[in-house]
Amino acid sequence: MSILGNRVLRREDPKLLTSGGIYVGDLELLQPLSVAFVRSTVAHARIVGIDPAEAKSAAGVVGVFSHDDLGLAPMPPSMAFLNQDMKRPLLASGVVRYVGEPVVVIVAESAAAAADAAELVVIDYEPLDVVVDPAEALKDEILLYPEIGTNNCFALQFGHDDTLFEGCDVVVRQRIVNQRVAPCPLEGRAAAALIEPDGRLMFYSSTQTAHGVRDTLATSLGLDPGLIHVITPDVGGGFGAKASVYAEDIVTAWCARELGRPVRWVETRSESMVGLGHGRGQVQDVEIGGTRDGRILAYRIDVLQDSGAYPAIGAILPFMTRMMTTGVYGIARAECNSNSVVTNTVPTVAYRGAGRPEATAALERAMDCYAAEIGMDPAELRRMNLIGADAFPYTTPTGTDYDSGNYQRAFDLALEMAGYDELRSTQRARRAAGGSRHLGIGLSSYVEITNGVPEGEYGAVEIRPDGKAIVRTGTSPHGQGHHTAWSMLVSDQLGIAIEDIEVVHGDTDLVPRGVGTFGSRSLQVGGAAVNQAATEVVDKAKSLAADLLEADVADILLDKAGGIFHVAGTPAISRGWGELAQTALDREGSPLMAEVDLDSPGATFPFGTHVAVVEVDSETGAVEIIRHVAVDDAGRILNPLLAEGQVHGGIAQGAAQALLEEFSYDASGNPLTANLADYSFISAAELPSFETAFTETPTPRNPLGAKGIGESGTIGSTPAVHNAVVDAVSHLGVRHIDMPTTPERVWQAIQAARPVAEEGA
Amino acid sequence: MDVTITLNGSDVTHDVEPRTLLVHYIREAAGLTGTNIGCDTTSCGACTVLLDGTSVKSCTVLAAQADGSRVTTIEGLAETDGTLHPVQRAFHEHHGLQCGYCTPGMVMAIVSLIAERGEHELTEADIRLGLEGNLCRCTGYHNIVEAAMAAARAPELRS
Repeated sequence: MSILGNRVLRREDPKLLTSGGIYVGDLELLQPLSVAFVRSTVAHARIVGIDPAEAKSAAGVVGVFSHDDLGLAPMPPSMAFLNQDMKRPLLASGVVRYVGEPVVVIVAESAAAAADAAELVVIDYEPLDVVVDPAEALKDEILLYPEIGTNNCFALQFGHDDTLFEGCDVVVRQRIVNQRVAPCPLEGRAAAALIEPDGRLMFYSSTQTAHGVRDTLATSLGLDPGLIHVITPDVGGGFGAKASVYAEDIVTAWCARELGRPVRWVETRSESMVGLGHGRGQVQDVEIGGTRDGRILAYRIDVLQDSGAYPAIGAILPFMTRMMTTGVYGIARAECNSNSVVTNTVPTVAYRGAGRPEATAALERAMDCYAAEIGMDPAELRRMNLIGADAFPYTTPTGTDYDSGNYQRAFDLALEMAGYDELRSTQRARRAAGGSRHLGIGLSSYVEITNGVPEGEYGAVEIRPDGKAIVRTGTSPHGQGHHTAWSMLVSDQLGIAIEDIEVVHGDTDLVPRGVGTFGSRSLQVGGAAVNQAATEVVDKAKSLAADLLEADVADILLDKAGGIFHVAGTPAISRGWGELAQTALDREGSPLMAEVDLDSPGATFPFGTHVAVVEVDSETGAVEIIRHVAVDDAGRILNPLLAEGQVHGGIAQGAAQALLEEFSYDASGNPLTANLADYSFISAAELPSFETAFTETPTPRNPLGAKGIGESGTIGSTPAVHNAVVDAVSHLGVRHIDMPTTPERVWQAIQAARPVAEEGA
Repeated sequence: MDVTITLNGSDVTHDVEPRTLLVHYIREAAGLTGTNIGCDTTSCGACTVLLDGTSVKSCTVLAAQADGSRVTTIEGLAETDGTLHPVQRAFHEHHGLQCGYCTPGMVMAIVSLIAERGEHELTEADIRLGLEGNLCRCTGYHNIVEAAMAAARAPELRS
């Protein structure tokens, strides 16, 4: 019986539960120096002078460096679509553009000495005008790069069709703010660097992409990638924000080379909040039109993306938003245009979902606004407009090619699990009875794209003479459980117990090539590569066994129960994996191994429906989420335990954005939420347990039939919770409240709607 | 100054600066890195350890304050023969951890929560409220709560 599809417990756990993981800050290095950064305390200013003298002479300080000491060229944005003239110096050069930008690096004998010395650096700033609001930035009145003459770093403008809404009985418009949030992996960024005796640079990084770090270090330091060895020890979460290589990483490597001593940088949380990239940050103007009986005919979304001070991945997220414009609905006419602008804030990067949650949030809010306008139940409106299961493959009006789906099935199951009709009748009864605690029911039907930036992946399976297997993968897990999942795939093919399968990742010497773990790509690409390598190693073993057993290879069977090869009909005479591995070594001098560089099998499109139930106290505005039902379809599920874990975490992050979390600035660009005391990181006390289920609609685009599951939870949950809050107070006249739906905002919305509601009544 | 702590059953003494936090004493002076640091405002609970049997955030206690006390960290929780503590076991069986960074603090907080319940049967609401000071970004807390509920039912932990 296949192990696939079973709830196999994680192989990663025992170490993490007993001695704890070994993160970068835990590595036993030979007397590493500590690296600390002096960061800009102002949002936009000319640097008039830097006086490092006192810091340089402080106890324990080994080096104090600023931009001119580095001799490293400013880096253009990593993606070619972005304005390449908006270069980022690794330490601020002449101008600072956001609070938190590193200006000076200190290297000292201890973390305490480095932190103390950082306080002694005197930086003289001459303030410049600050622009925080992306709508202001779009006006190009205050410029971050005056020499370029615009703040616009990336635009997708396909034109506005004035006839888009022709034939629509009803058109509803809404501005929606998808606020900036902080990814907050529990481990912040960290790096350690040393020079090996042979001169190579050894670099430890808390990253989602070991090979990406190697290649970026090579480019920025001007080194051959072969002279760099990157290892990712345990990584304490990433959520997309650690898929980028940061200036601090490169400067840390530079310090090791400059000083010839091991160095380590472990950021504090307060640094991380203004250093690690932020997520989301869109202002969306949506228009939705259709018939009075609920047929949606046209949809338009204009996106303004806040890119922060230096364009990074965040700036191109509207591209993903555009791909997913019309979501699960069969809308014939649609438009998505966007502008991405720089502002005096932390650069935005990928964060769980990266452009797709923004698309779903806009569309699902628009659907509810439309339902309210025509007086239709939001579930009924959705059901009427879902793309039918027989329509796949399906090409959307914005040119996205969906692989497979059965949206109705997930939708129906979610509503059934939630007891939707009963919830509505409870809501009606409570509204009729009056009182201040209002029930809200929120729906969200989503489809998203995983492996959306199609890249291939490396996978290899090697059999050792002791009969055990080594798997090498280019993915870079940091909590997802690839050791367990890849072992399952290989065990299923080879008949070797998962305990006897070692998985190697995140080491650029041991794994020659790799892309990494982000965009929910790992299983469908990295897992598929490992799976194919397993298939190929079985074929190689069969040839060897045929030779040893003097039989035709076509007659050789692999008995997976015992992990042995024999001729069909004569199981008594067999060869085991270990013997075959030894034979390969003896004969060919090379291990029994298969290596696969899998070309990207293309993007897949997971989908589902979430239903959130909240209670809102209209006297205080307080919101309590009391239930969350999630039905997700990520194609074939390899390990439900791991898949559910991904969904749970995703729901919490989505609910957090809908209810609580926002990274905010004042008008002068001062961050107001720059630590975990001020930032409303969601806790266990603010969430219920979740009710989850999967439907399984396999994708034809990879042999595993699998789609990604890492981000679906967030994409589905955010609008469901958001819609539930608005729904709870919709009878009071409220049509929209921007996220996060904090008590203050909810209360204000109720107050603002009250005269309207009373007038109408 | 010399600070002596009974750390996971063994007496250790280290000469540290008076400003040294207990978490730095544990990680740097004593070299036990299982206890993690996740913030600088006593918000996240990653550094939770047991101080004389009760959970504390070790970033908010000076090492000097713990002088003469017993401290238990994640490394000291399993039996010496490797048998996992019921809370550790429950975390494994219920997939209560992903990246593992919050896990040591989360486990220690739950050990303390269960020990403090007395005759009271822990409800899901008790556990959620009791873990308000321990943040996790991966699990959505769902399976952590499941694990805590299961551990609270473990025969070894019934009083």
